[in-house]
Amino acid sequence: MASETFELETAADAGTLRRVAIDPVSRVEGHGKVTLLLDENDQVRQVRLHIVEFRGFEKFIQGRPYWEVPVMVQRLCGICPVSHHLAAAKALDHVVGADRLTTSAEQLRRLMHYGQILQSHALHFFHLSSPDLLFGFDSEVGRRNIVGVAAAHPEVARKGVLLRKFGQEVIRLTAGKRVHGTGAIPGGVNRALSREERDDLLADIYTIIGWSRQAVQLVKRLHAADPTLYDTFGTFRSNILSLVGANGALDFYEGRLRARDADGRIIVDGVHVKDYVNLIREEVKPWSYMKFPFLAALGPRDGWYKVGPLARVQNCDSIPTPLAEAERREFIDYGQGKPIHAPLAYHWARMIEMLHAAETIKDLLHDDDLSGSDLMTSGSRNREGVGAIEAPRGTLIHHYRVGDDDLVTMCNLIVSTTHNNQPMNEAIRRVARRYLSGRKLSEGLLNHIEVAIRCFDPCLSCATHALGRMPLQVELLDANDRLIERLYTGS
Amino acid sequence: MNDVSQPPSLLLDGLPVPFRDGQTIMDAAMAAEIFIPHLCHHPEFKPQGSCKLCTVKANGRYVSACTMPARDGMEVENNSPDLNDKRRTMLQMLFVEGNHFCPSCEKSGDCMLQALAYELEMLSPHFEQFYPDRPVDASHPDVLLDFNRCILCELCVRASRDVDGKNVFALSGRGITKHLIVNAESGRLADTNFSLADQAAHVCPVGVILEKRRGFAVPIGSRRYDVDPIGMQVERLATRSATEEEA
Repeated sequence: MASETFELETAADAGTLRRVAIDPVSRVEGHGKVTLLLDENDQVRQVRLHIVEFRGFEKFIQGRPYWEVPVMVQRLCGICPVSHHLAAAKALDHVVGADRLTTSAEQLRRLMHYGQILQSHALHFFHLSSPDLLFGFDSEVGRRNIVGVAAAHPEVARKGVLLRKFGQEVIRLTAGKRVHGTGAIPGGVNRALSREERDDLLADIYTIIGWSRQAVQLVKRLHAADPTLYDTFGTFRSNILSLVGANGALDFYEGRLRARDADGRIIVDGVHVKDYVNLIREEVKPWSYMKFPFLAALGPRDGWYKVGPLARVQNCDSIPTPLAEAERREFIDYGQGKPIHAPLAYHWARMIEMLHAAETIKDLLHDDDLSGSDLMTSGSRNREGVGAIEAPRGTLIHHYRVGDDDLVTMCNLIVSTTHNNQPMNEAIRRVARRYLSGRKLSEGLLNHIEVAIRCFDPCLSCATHALGRMPLQVELLDANDRLIERLYTGS
Repeated sequence: MNDVSQPPSLLLDGLPVPFRDGQTIMDAAMAAEIFIPHLCHHPEFKPQGSCKLCTVKANGRYVSACTMPARDGMEVENNSPDLNDKRRTMLQMLFVEGNHFCPSCEKSGDCMLQALAYELEMLSPHFEQFYPDRPVDASHPDVLLDFNRCILCELCVRASRDVDGKNVFALSGRGITKHLIVNAESGRLADTNFSLADQAAHVCPVGVILEKRRGFAVPIGSRRYDVDPIGMQVERLATRSATEEEA
């Protein structure tokens, strides 16, 4: 890790510094804020991304029947609920002894998930991030939104909206609703697709693939127009982590855990998701509700890592669809043999993944297993299950224990955005140091901080789900930052 | 004097509805396929008139349709804004008294309380939530009890007592503390002779008595009220009333 890592996390003389808050951070899912502490020379001395939401899903899922969990826990999020829905169902497959689903069930779940990747990536790029990239980070704030994009680039906005709509339709047909459906149940799925439903989707899928290719080209043009900015903005080096499918291929639904170091060397590979607890630890810091995961073997200082599109596209050995694989190769070549760590390259990787999702949906729609009738399986009951999935924002792990009475006794969720907690903090610290230090702050300059956060497409509501087991320290300070009282609740 | 050649009838929202002696307003309406909103009523059990959702105006007085005997020539108001407003308020009170979280309830789409809330256009709970904390009973191998959703309709009490002959369920307490209990010394369903085959296992209009491990097996679009919304009968009534008026 670079020497400046953690440097701006905590200023020694915080009580004497001027505080600037970006609250709330906009165009992200959920609620968070950034605080900056500046000295008398306007030099940035401390930067923190705080997550100010408090959820509690891990606690109130306890005592509920296990079959309720995939539907309940997806309410963590309205953007990518399918990820939680599927990760929970996958974990509970093991509880009902369905270690291997029927082919139809697995293909239907895959279709649901790839529809979700498509809609979520389209939402993030076109609705949330494209205004920054198309207009400039400090452009007029009034038009830096999807309405502004629709006015200036109507075709880009229209395709973005329709790409998302298509993904939502895939979800509706597999889960019953566009948001918060019920398709996946422990042991399989509750519905298949009719031939007519598949044909309806197939009628549009080639257009969707074409638009996804154009989206990749758009991101590449943006990079080419200002390579220095795109390569250096908020850039930091870190490990990367993701699931990798069979033969090292990119796979959002199934795989084993692989981590690489900042130079691209494999640290661990082939780790079964049920062993995640030996691979990953989480650190709690008193100033955020979001935990800080790290690779246990490397410790909290050196073991933190990135997840999500930028990690996945570089962690896998190939992408199993031709158009996306060609784009992956070009992306890897851009790094000239070195891993790309630039946060803005997340957008490029994300659009490659969206293209892969579109191609995969096309392949799946031609598969008659989607219309099969063998949808459920079961076996010997187990008391524990771990399910992992590559959600749009990165690796998502659900872990449950279930009693003999069918009630959940333990729930642990490690969500994508939580993995990226330290990376997001590092990115905004580098941006703050480069763009904000010594300057008079303006909305446009502060938006640079938000641009860095948006690269990771964080879902802050998903990332703050814990309750009960999280140690919490409350400190009461006087005006001179002297400690008056400290309360502490441990796990 | 009644005309003995004509069966007695009442006027339900202006529509003549015949009935037999001994039938209630609800019986007559059901026989005529006219829907009067209700929760605690079930045609197979003796009516008790506790939920008050079936409140109608009979000859200008508010009465429970499920317990009020039909009378020849009785004028009954059912599907009116006034009555539906009152029913909506009663639904809101039922919702806040329990924990009715439809989004994660497996009974969703198959729940009379939810279906009526949609039908009567209940857009919010309106009242402050009670948030009761009643432990679920998962002791039975085949059936889960989630008391947090109980609306005290006593259908399970009546079914277990009158049909199954087991007397597994009862209401205990008074007023706001009234609640459903299991008739066992331990209070656990596993310590009774309750069976999934019992009638009482299948009469709950909400999500209290649930077959275990079934969950969300029925997909959205195929659930009871997805296929046939509870209010379709009301719509049919409205159509028939309009047709009558035109005639």
